[in-house]
Amino acid sequence: MPSPGTAVLAAPGVRLTARGWGWRHSGRKAWALRGVDLDIAPGERVLLLGPSGAGKSTLLAAAAGLLDAGAGESVGQLCLDGLDARLARLAGTGPGESRTGLLLQDPDAQTVLARCGDDVAFGLENHALPAELIWPRVDAALRAVGFPYDRAHSTATLSGGERQRLALAGVVAMRPGLLMLDEPTAMIDPDGARMLVRSVERVLTRQATAAAATLIVVEHRVEQWLGLVTRIVVLEPGGGVLADGPVLEVLADQGPELFRHGVWVPPRFRPAAPVRRVPAPATATATATAPVEGAVLLHARGLAVRRGRRPPVLSDVDLEVRAGQALFLTGPNGAGKSTLALALAGLTAPAAGEVVAEAMLAGGAGPHPVTWRARELVTRIGMVFQEPQHQFVAATVEAELAVGPNRAGMDPADTAARTTAVLVRLRLDRLAQANPFTLSGGEQRRLSVATALVTRPTLLVLDEPTFGQDSRTWAELVDLLRELLDAGTALVCATHDRELVDVFVAEGRARELRVAGGTVQPVGAPSAPAVTR
Amino acid sequence: MSVLQLGAGDDVRDAPVARANPVAKLAVALLISVMLLLTVDVVTAGTALLLELAVLPWCGLSLRGLLRRGWVVLAGAIPAGLVTTWLGLDSGAVLVAVGPVTITEGSLLAGCAITLRILSVGLPGVVLLATTDPTDLADALAQVARLPHRFVLAALAAMRLFALIGSEWESLGVARRARGLGDDGALGRARTAVGQVLALLVLVIRRGTRLSMAMEARGFGLAGPRTWARQSRLRWSDAVVVAGGIVIVTVATAAGVLAGTWHLALA
Repeated sequence: MPSPGTAVLAAPGVRLTARGWGWRHSGRKAWALRGVDLDIAPGERVLLLGPSGAGKSTLLAAAAGLLDAGAGESVGQLCLDGLDARLARLAGTGPGESRTGLLLQDPDAQTVLARCGDDVAFGLENHALPAELIWPRVDAALRAVGFPYDRAHSTATLSGGERQRLALAGVVAMRPGLLMLDEPTAMIDPDGARMLVRSVERVLTRQATAAAATLIVVEHRVEQWLGLVTRIVVLEPGGGVLADGPVLEVLADQGPELFRHGVWVPPRFRPAAPVRRVPAPATATATATAPVEGAVLLHARGLAVRRGRRPPVLSDVDLEVRAGQALFLTGPNGAGKSTLALALAGLTAPAAGEVVAEAMLAGGAGPHPVTWRARELVTRIGMVFQEPQHQFVAATVEAELAVGPNRAGMDPADTAARTTAVLVRLRLDRLAQANPFTLSGGEQRRLSVATALVTRPTLLVLDEPTFGQDSRTWAELVDLLRELLDAGTALVCATHDRELVDVFVAEGRARELRVAGGTVQPVGAPSAPAVTR
Repeated sequence: MSVLQLGAGDDVRDAPVARANPVAKLAVALLISVMLLLTVDVVTAGTALLLELAVLPWCGLSLRGLLRRGWVVLAGAIPAGLVTTWLGLDSGAVLVAVGPVTITEGSLLAGCAITLRILSVGLPGVVLLATTDPTDLADALAQVARLPHRFVLAALAAMRLFALIGSEWESLGVARRARGLGDDGALGRARTAVGQVLALLVLVIRRGTRLSMAMEARGFGLAGPRTWARQSRLRWSDAVVVAGGIVIVTVATAAGVLAGTWHLALA
């Protein structure tokens, strides 16, 4: 048992009560939340669900005392242990303690200092823990989350998952009686997510015999938390609590509805799968000249790829990209999936070997995509980046879509027709005049795909297109990719998303290449060892 | 990205000045800057530069390390001196006269003085940056120099975000090519670059906003007292470093005054 001096999360659990509570961000007409009535007892472990925009993050920020009066308007009461949440964080806690701890989703935006130990110590210093007690508490917190490095390790080289665990250590070191996690795994890969959930589990089970800490998790991916939480609360956008009860009961009752709203409920609680669409004839997303399915459009021989001037991450890559088929690049983080995707998309030059476009793809523009002019590239190879914001260049959604066709020198009337068709197909027509940076995550993803499709490229390269997406956007992407394959477009997709790969492999129009250990290996090919899932 | 590399690297050895409290090093750098900015003369600046180079072995930085990290100072000092030589106020004997450009004894001396001044002011700065860990500098500024800790720590956290800028910039550039931009003439490329800078700003500001929320959630900016896990204190050795700085400026100024070249440049 940890000694009282170094125990993490040793404070008694906090009771959260909301009575008719609501919040409206300043400058907004609609209430983010209204009429929330909620009682969470000390030591309870709650999963907070709801469609995006239901105010889940707002509720956590309010409970953490981070919404001050200037940022908006509140009604009703939100109390921790009977104290107003705005005051509760510190009232009655000892030095180095905070009543609440909040872990956020962006790993890159939670590391404060350059060394791991200093980063964990940051919260303790702010809460005025005497200096001689800080380091023992830091070490205990790092151990509690199972952090693999020591205090002096640099934070600059951590992976996203490691960063999240470090941030968790920084939070639990403050011994919060209420631990809140706001989509903590949304921006890290599946392995990192599993490790983080395990860390939370370790922290909660390692507590001293005193009353356990209260836990509130907001997360779209439900399954991974089911072993840890005992209760689910579902919030309604702009309203209060829609459902509240034991995990299985709420999922059985609300599962299909939640899934339709984008929450990743486990498969057994989802609505019956929709019938697969009949392949549609060439529509808004069709390529200009549909190549013969299975024809090779692009191949790589002895390819080595790298980022910037760093040494190559992959070498001796041989592969073919075929019309009407998908090529999935899978493998661990940092193995070079994205780097390979960029090279295949003609965006970065090979370190060795070559990427060759066949005449059907090149259309008279030379055999090496990397030497094409950018305006030639857009009608041949489209690229969807992992971070949609990286590829936005215009002030409105409509203008964003017109960029590619304009650059390719397309006829203005044609451009307008295509833009409209793609807007409608991707349900962006109502947002035509909105600024791309103000869209929600799912909308940004749809727009980034739309910008690549509007010039009707023969090959579409996607980097983690489903990363961090809710189930609704995910299903739409799958439908759209199917449509593209039907129309003869070739797809290359770097992804961690097992479910996505399985869908297309099961339909028999995808191959999987595993990127690991500096090269690529076909999955499921006779020469490769059997793959276990 | 690293024009002026910050923080100790492989080429920095453990040495008395490198080990000194960052505030002591900063004080020396400031003292030398102020005293040398008072005058533009070859003797004062030259003496200071010679003395600085003489104590370099105690700073933990080799001459090569100094050049590698401080080349940008050199790259500024030499052109500045040349421009002064060509365009500076003429006095004394004419050495070269080509058309409207004349180089006189006076302008040549002034040019040399400018170059030496930039180098002698820049060198302590390069040593400070090369031998100081940013976290240690922030600790010292807040605890020893008593600057407001919120400001110091916020600046330190913001600096960490700069490390992400390089890869963000790379991604933005690649993404622009994917959108069909950036390959038509200087004007088009310039327009794309401006857009890229703006996009970078937006991304950095968003990330900064999220970072500040994470910091707040961990008690940053609370009204009460704050403790420090890493204690930063002045020691006797720091006094020696500052004394060394005082010796350098005193000797350099005295040399300038004795030689009669020292003139107050502010007037």
